[in-house]
Amino acid sequence: MNPEQILFILFGAVSLIGAIAVISFRHPIYSALSLIVTFFAQAGLFVLLGAHFVAAVQIIVYAGAIMVLFLFVIMLLNLGTLSAKGAISGKLKGFAVILGILLAIEGVYIAVKAINDPAVASAETATESVNTTTYTIGELLFNEYLLPFEVTSLILLAALIGVIVLVKRESQAENEVQ
Amino acid sequence: MPLESYLILSALLFTIGVVGVLIRRNAIIIFMCIELMLNAANLAFVAISRSLGEASGQVFVIFVMAVAAAEVAIGLAIIVSVFKHRQTINVDEVNSLKG
Repeated sequence: MNPEQILFILFGAVSLIGAIAVISFRHPIYSALSLIVTFFAQAGLFVLLGAHFVAAVQIIVYAGAIMVLFLFVIMLLNLGTLSAKGAISGKLKGFAVILGILLAIEGVYIAVKAINDPAVASAETATESVNTTTYTIGELLFNEYLLPFEVTSLILLAALIGVIVLVKRESQAENEVQ
Repeated sequence: MPLESYLILSALLFTIGVVGVLIRRNAIIIFMCIELMLNAANLAFVAISRSLGEASGQVFVIFVMAVAAAEVAIGLAIIVSVFKHRQTINVDEVNSLKG
């Protein structure tokens, strides 16, 4: 086994175990910490794939900003004491797990099938050696994908206004009650 | 590593996210599972981007992350306000919209 395979198996196993831990821990804080582990393992996979910029953004935005938000809300609401019955009953759970296994088989089948597609296979052999750098991403982002980039800023603005409205209306309602 | 193994890993991570949404009743954990699914999609994007030798997939990943950040901000604000009104975030108990 070459080092790349060993690292892939390592990061892949860590991300899968972390993901299973997210859905099996009772306490939301443990779930959030497992999710951070999964995000770090996925950043490692991105580095293996040569996507260094995406790996850095993954750690800064996901493991940094988004998970801090999650942990902040969990601690703000003090959810540890409330979440005793976090999961559904046994029979429904078994049904959900069976559905999940079916979905996994389906997904793996599609993944294997996609590789045997002649169009993908030929493209794969043609340009395997091309390396993508931060420079290439920046060039694409500000030329070909300039309009989606600007639309993203609108989405973030809408999210910002939405959050302010949600919180503000609530405080007005509280004042009316008082 | 071949593209295949990355896509299989991505499919498995996505499935774990779906199962999490199905079996958990805590709104915050359901949110985390949605993040897991988005991340599985990101992994497939980057793997295919590498195998096609093109950076477009990585640009899409950055867009997905921006949308995920906006979604988390809004979603957590909704969860906080639901909790303030109902004192619970168990999605089975928050059913006023049920017909």
